[in-house]
Amino acid sequence: MSSLSASDRVRIRVDDVSVTYRTSLERAPTLRSTLTRLGRRERVIKEIQALRGVSFEVGHGKVMGIVGANGAGKSTLMRTVAGILPPNTGRVEVHGRVSTLLSLGVGFNKQLTGRENVVLGGLAAGLTRAELLEKYDEIVDFAELEEFMDMPMRTYSAGMYGRLAFAVAMTMHPEILIIDEALSVGDARFRRKSFERMRQLCQEDHTILLVSHALGTIEKLCDECIWMHKGLLRMWDEPTAVVEAYTDFLGVRDADKEPDPVTMEDL
Amino acid sequence: MGRGIDHLASQLPVTAPTAPTARDRTDEFTSATHVYEPHKVGLPPLGPYLRELWRRREFAFELSRTELRSQHFNTVFGQLWLVLNPLLLACVYFVLVDILRRRSGGLEFFAHLMGALFVFNFVTDAIRQAVRSVTGGGKLILNTAFPRVMLPGASVLTAFKRFLPTMIIFAPVYIAAGPTPGPELLWLIPVFALFVILASGISMLVAAGQVYFRDLKNFLTYALRIWLYGSPILYFASEVPERYHFLLVLNPVAPLLAAWSSIVDEGMAPESGDLLLGAAWGVALFLTGGLFFISREREFAVRL
Repeated sequence: MSSLSASDRVRIRVDDVSVTYRTSLERAPTLRSTLTRLGRRERVIKEIQALRGVSFEVGHGKVMGIVGANGAGKSTLMRTVAGILPPNTGRVEVHGRVSTLLSLGVGFNKQLTGRENVVLGGLAAGLTRAELLEKYDEIVDFAELEEFMDMPMRTYSAGMYGRLAFAVAMTMHPEILIIDEALSVGDARFRRKSFERMRQLCQEDHTILLVSHALGTIEKLCDECIWMHKGLLRMWDEPTAVVEAYTDFLGVRDADKEPDPVTMEDL
Repeated sequence: MGRGIDHLASQLPVTAPTAPTARDRTDEFTSATHVYEPHKVGLPPLGPYLRELWRRREFAFELSRTELRSQHFNTVFGQLWLVLNPLLLACVYFVLVDILRRRSGGLEFFAHLMGALFVFNFVTDAIRQAVRSVTGGGKLILNTAFPRVMLPGASVLTAFKRFLPTMIIFAPVYIAAGPTPGPELLWLIPVFALFVILASGISMLVAAGQVYFRDLKNFLTYALRIWLYGSPILYFASEVPERYHFLLVLNPVAPLLAAWSSIVDEGMAPESGDLLLGAAWGVALFLTGGLFFISREREFAVRL
């Protein structure tokens, strides 16, 4: 931890953040069920503490890896940093323009064409039309989807979907990039290409939050790593140390202390 | 690559992070500094919110354009259908009223019916599109931070673009049956602006409401039909018997329709009473809907 010198310009500061969801167990909330329930106090609501007092900082130009089991609160944390979910307590400070690549899809609507989605997503994210025009070709080139851009996205395969999302996020020239489980899209060639682009971005002064189950990627790309467990920040250290502790915890190490190749496999 | 952000980086406050100040909070969606603190239910700072709304207006235009394209608005038959549908409806209502009243209203009544019905259709069209604007926003809402009020805003815009061609077919009927066009026609502009304000207010209200009650859309179908019969469209406001006058006062769209009709049917400036009541309803609903929507919008991502 001593390597995280305090003089670094802090880009992201998450300070004692908690997020609590209230999910109702009904299928969907309806006026009808509310009216028929009126008077009888039987609200079925479950509170889920997705994040509990999480604090960490990411310095300028650093790549922060985030590991944790499913349901550990990783995606919630990403959405909170992106300003999509408000924290219930605590404070999030973000210095710089953020581009998000969350759960594979930058606001993609499957009924619209790839082109429409790129334009809408970009405008929603605050780009101007001129900036978008400038970047459009770069996005299409990177995704290698020229002939599919005018087709509705419901005709896309899962890999093509992910490729477009990845290309959009990569091309926004963000100062801060938030990537959730996105490196495992596309075929081997595209994964190699996106890995290279990621590495390039990592070297280029961008601040990156990277959520991944591919622990090998985390080790290779990240400067620091945090391990989320059941909404708590369990560990914050060098990637190798965190990955080691995490794989120990998961019990996916072989007897000879070599990590199981399946959990490390990513590219 | 990366060169593109250099100019941005140079403008950034790169000093060590300071204590939270009021200034930090003014940059909610912008590219400099963002601070997110708990305000699950509550208003974000309105000034920066509106500034950001204005900055991203392109998005609302594009969203509306995309919506129209998916409704085949850009094809000849798509346009034709948009015009044909309300025109047929106007004809059906005309015959219906003619039978029920056992007297012919003639072309003059048809002009009133058509004008009032079309402008009323604009309001309900906006509401119908808006009700699913947020819940249909899906991934966009989950993955991008932007002023959500643009979603119902785009619906009103879409409804307006769908309204314009109906005015084109109304024009010949108006010229044939209406009063001689005079400068009083200019009154249509402020009156229509009030219709827009009213439609926006209700749109924001139902768009947010749909997040909490997913069957609101189904109830709305009935509510809008009853609203149609309760508004001075199939009849003149002046024909409403005394005992039902309270309905005209309670109906937010009734004073506006009365004002609209007095311009279109009689070529007269609207009565100031109608204008004032209509404006009061419009502004009240706009503020209620807008404040309700904006105070709730941070919660939408959790609720979807």
